Amino acid sequence: MERFNANGGPVQSNDATPVLELKGVSKSFGAVVALRNADLALRAHSIHAVVGENGAGKSTLVKIMAGLYQRDTGTFQFDGEAVDFRTTAEAKSAGIAVIYQEPTLFPDLSVTENVFMGRQPTGRFGRIDKAAMRAEVLQLMERLGVRIDPDRPAEGLSIADQQIIEIAKAISLDARVLIMDEPTAALSGVEVDRLFAVARSLRDEGRALMFISHRFDEVFALCDTVTVMRDGTYISTDAIVDTSVAEIVRRMVGRDVNELFPKQVAEVGRPLLEVTNLTQPGVFHEISFTVRSGEIVALAGLVGAGRSEVARAIFGVDHYASGTVSVDGKKLTGRSPSIAMKAGVALVPEDRRKQGLVVDATVASNITDAIRDTLTRFGLVTVRRENTEAQIWAHKLEVKTAALDSVVGTLSGGNQQKVVLAKWLAANPKVLIIDEPTRGIDVGTKSEVHRMMSELAGLGLAILMISSELPEVLGMADRVLVMREGHLTATIDRVDATAENVMFAATHASEEVA
Amino acid sequence: MTLLTAAEPAAAERTYANHGRPAWRRLLFTREMAIIFLLVVVLAVASVIVPKFATPVTMGYLLFDITPLLFIALAMAPVMITGDIDLSVGSMVGLSSVTVGLCSQAGLGIPVAALIALLVGAAGGLVNGLLITRIGLPALAVTIGTLALYRGIAVGLLGTTAITSFDKWWTTLVKSKIGTTGVPTVMILFVVLLAAFAIMLHFTPFGRGVFAIGLSKDAAVFSGVDADRTRLILFVLSGLMAALSGIYYALYYTSARGDNATGMELQVIAAVVLGGVSVFGGRGALHGVVAGVLLIGVLSKALQLVNITSDVVSIITGVLLVLSVIAGSVMNWVQSRRVKPAPATTPTKTS
Amino acid sequence: MSAATATADRVSFGSRLWSLVSSRETGIFLALALVVLATTVKNPGFVFSSDGWRDLLLTPSIVAVVAIGQAVVIITRSVDLSVGSIVGLSAYLVGTLFVAFPGFPVPLMFLVGIGFGGLLGLVNGALIAFGKVPAMVITLGTLYAFRGINVAWTGSNRINASDMPDEFLNLGTQQILSIPVLTIIALVILVVVAWYMANTRGGREFYAIGSDPDAAELYGLAKTKRVLIAFVASGAASGLGGVLFAARYGTINSQVGDGFELQAIGAAVIGGVAIVGGSGTVLGAVFGAYLLLTINRCLPILGIPDFWQRAVTGALIIGAIIFDRVLANRQAKRLVAERDEA
Repeated sequence: MERFNANGGPVQSNDATPVLELKGVSKSFGAVVALRNADLALRAHSIHAVVGENGAGKSTLVKIMAGLYQRDTGTFQFDGEAVDFRTTAEAKSAGIAVIYQEPTLFPDLSVTENVFMGRQPTGRFGRIDKAAMRAEVLQLMERLGVRIDPDRPAEGLSIADQQIIEIAKAISLDARVLIMDEPTAALSGVEVDRLFAVARSLRDEGRALMFISHRFDEVFALCDTVTVMRDGTYISTDAIVDTSVAEIVRRMVGRDVNELFPKQVAEVGRPLLEVTNLTQPGVFHEISFTVRSGEIVALAGLVGAGRSEVARAIFGVDHYASGTVSVDGKKLTGRSPSIAMKAGVALVPEDRRKQGLVVDATVASNITDAIRDTLTRFGLVTVRRENTEAQIWAHKLEVKTAALDSVVGTLSGGNQQKVVLAKWLAANPKVLIIDEPTRGIDVGTKSEVHRMMSELAGLGLAILMISSELPEVLGMADRVLVMREGHLTATIDRVDATAENVMFAATHASEEVA
Repeated sequence: MTLLTAAEPAAAERTYANHGRPAWRRLLFTREMAIIFLLVVVLAVASVIVPKFATPVTMGYLLFDITPLLFIALAMAPVMITGDIDLSVGSMVGLSSVTVGLCSQAGLGIPVAALIALLVGAAGGLVNGLLITRIGLPALAVTIGTLALYRGIAVGLLGTTAITSFDKWWTTLVKSKIGTTGVPTVMILFVVLLAAFAIMLHFTPFGRGVFAIGLSKDAAVFSGVDADRTRLILFVLSGLMAALSGIYYALYYTSARGDNATGMELQVIAAVVLGGVSVFGGRGALHGVVAGVLLIGVLSKALQLVNITSDVVSIITGVLLVLSVIAGSVMNWVQSRRVKPAPATTPTKTS
Repeated sequence: MSAATATADRVSFGSRLWSLVSSRETGIFLALALVVLATTVKNPGFVFSSDGWRDLLLTPSIVAVVAIGQAVVIITRSVDLSVGSIVGLSAYLVGTLFVAFPGFPVPLMFLVGIGFGGLLGLVNGALIAFGKVPAMVITLGTLYAFRGINVAWTGSNRINASDMPDEFLNLGTQQILSIPVLTIIALVILVVVAWYMANTRGGREFYAIGSDPDAAELYGLAKTKRVLIAFVASGAASGLGGVLFAARYGTINSQVGDGFELQAIGAAVIGGVAIVGGSGTVLGAVFGAYLLLTINRCLPILGIPDFWQRAVTGALIIGAIIFDRVLANRQAKRLVAERDEA
């Protein structure tokens, strides 16, 4: 007798042979083990969730299935037969389609052309049959229950629409397996509902879907089965009806939160950062909060909630329409990074390689990037003076590098983050905003970074920490601010904060959060 | 470990190596040294083979010929290091020389005429810079447009005529040499400007910002660099140096014509690229750039003296350009297959 | 969801007509027509004389052909600075062959010119596609190298009109149904290339590569092959341009084609081809060439000293790219507003 989920899908798919199966798959990049003994089975007529923190190995898994990476060990079977995809084209023609978080469409070309690029229907002399193409796109749209003008350029489409087009592409390729990597990260409620309706209809047609997400309510609403991964290792697979959010979270984190992230008690002093009614229409609204000396305030929420935008606005990189930012009692006179820096604000950005570091420059040059004006004598600065300064800070943060003139791009992720931290600590800031402090960093360096942050708070800095990793948030923060879709939905003190109530606030509108 | 309160490590405790490679490798294995080496070789060969080459007279003429290129290259290098390009410089030389001619003809005196020409150059550079930074138009397209526009104004102002009479005192000064060395007096001005640009580019925070913008504009902005203002300033400088070249051109050749220096922009870019500046931005140095200009000048002069026509120089320039970028590509490919860099280690602590 | 403006099963005739009328190409054509009209009013002989009409259509044909090839290259987000030198070399080759073999069949000569240009373009394309080096530097290098070879080869010679077979030179001035033969050749090339770019998979791939090179690689599009083809096409177009030049003018020295690269790029930009690639048409580039070269001839008649023509060219180019940017901003805002409404 079949059991059914709340969403109408079968608890276990009837299909015996999985469409796609990975067993014991491992993948390493040099010394970094990205994936260890992963098992995954995707069956027709089902939607399978994969959850795990950042660095758990999910995206490596996806890239192996998509043909971007080759696995080191283990078996990869498609429809019961062993396969080995060397290129993305091979995976595609086998029937595997991936919808990435950031779709890559051609902005100048029309929706129709994007769906069919590279395989347009042709007639005589290789002439593209535009009418047929257009008709088929319209059919696809209807089937997906959406209305997008097939003739408009892809530029300017919302992420939600771009994803639908990617799905349309996958269907027109008759994909048997559809992998969706954090698809709802940038979607509004209505768009999420639409996506789920599409996913369910694809499942009912007999395709196998995989759904990667941090949003547990969505996982439980949409999926039939769930795999948990942690630190590159496969942990478990269960039917959704047989498990709960708490259980999943526990398996994802797998350790006692308090032991690993020792936030020392620090003396809390005067407010160093005061943000009042910061608003940028469409991005964030009426954001107000205060961070005092000695505090670590976490800004939690899902990807796309607007947290990084707020941070960048405070620092002066992004524009904001209204509101004020005050540092140590003084309002910032303008909106530019150099003004924020002079007032004593430092920002360790989310994208380390594109924003935090000049990846092709040297370690010494990067470390001194924020303080160069102070290193000048008669307006001149030399490599020697940069090196002297860089010695100090590289030493303090224990950066592992062959020499100060090594190109920073060759360092490991953890050491790159240390260089970024060194750069900003050298500037002796009053306020440190740090966006995803331990993303893409090995476990050892992670605790070093946390220890550093704790120490800095103890020395009197005000720290605003943006993080998507619940254990980090719960362990490090004195207060947790939660954002959802551009609004602050909750402020929770350390003693009251739990994974559940933070998650709840991150996924529900503020009226619903009591 | 404490962070903000720790004292600096004692000098004896220098724990990180400043450099990953020995000094001789660092200094010698660069694009700039390669081009300087090539220059020295060509100079040596030319001195031996070409009669009368290594004489003050010849050297003097050589330097006189390449002076306009030298001036413009000083400003073109930083522009290209930020990843931009300025194709309008040749036309600005023409416009500037026309300005000098007209002002001189109107009786204004050379100093005033020169000043006005410099202002015109700055204005032209400002137009380029504003279109590129404020409106955000691509530099290649904008400067192709201003190339035509400035040249058009120059030709429009003067028509087919040329102004050929200038204050003798000034033309003599421009054509003069230092004592018996054969080195043109204008070289003094060039050396001063070279020093200024070199200091600006390699020894000031502004210059570091130039390289940062070329390597990663986003990261530069996140470190407090005002990318738009920097690029604007560089375009204004480019216009100024082109105008300076135009003043020199008019006075040295005693001829202000609308079509002066046609095609010079490509010569400058070729020299700058030969000198080690990457078209993609983010790397380059002025000593390489100067060597690049000198190399082209030496080749031209040497071949001229043995009655080989300028077309051979063109061919050689072209081949050198192609080889210089291919060589870079090949070296990258070779390196990517080679031994890994030295292992990264933490320094041993003494405490 | 976006507003569904055309979810009808067939694109309505009305909306197709509108997009044709409001296109960049039509705009340029209208501008051209306007300029010609104004000039003809001032001097009816400009169009209504034995040479007037012919020259109107004929003179810009050569640059137009070069602009076709350049447009294809720019659409893939690249640039070809060597086209002028290829035109010169091709013209001189044609002249030399005719001098040596006066009976050389004319149609074959066209093929020789195109093939020779294509070969030179292959040199560019191979270096750029396989070497992964910046196109601007490579084509700057070949600009110099090819021109140098041209000058060296020419020496102190010069090919005169009298050295060329009559039937070839006649092509330069003949007309069929009052359209110059050379213009017809240019039109044929235009039609073929334009059709290819709009209606075949290969043609659309050029646009995709220029629109987002990284996405193109992710898709598995044959980027290297396309870039190679683009430069071969540009070279071939320039080679043909050289043949046309020889037929039209007869006198060939070592400076033929000098400056054509900037004219071709200018024509493409004015015609709506974005310098960053991904959009624009070869038709627009041809109209741009016609507008550029015709304006030069019209200015003196309109009372503007022709010394100002280059300034006008520059103003046109800058105006075109500012206009494009303004238009793009407005369209982006409109698309976002549409999306937010839905």
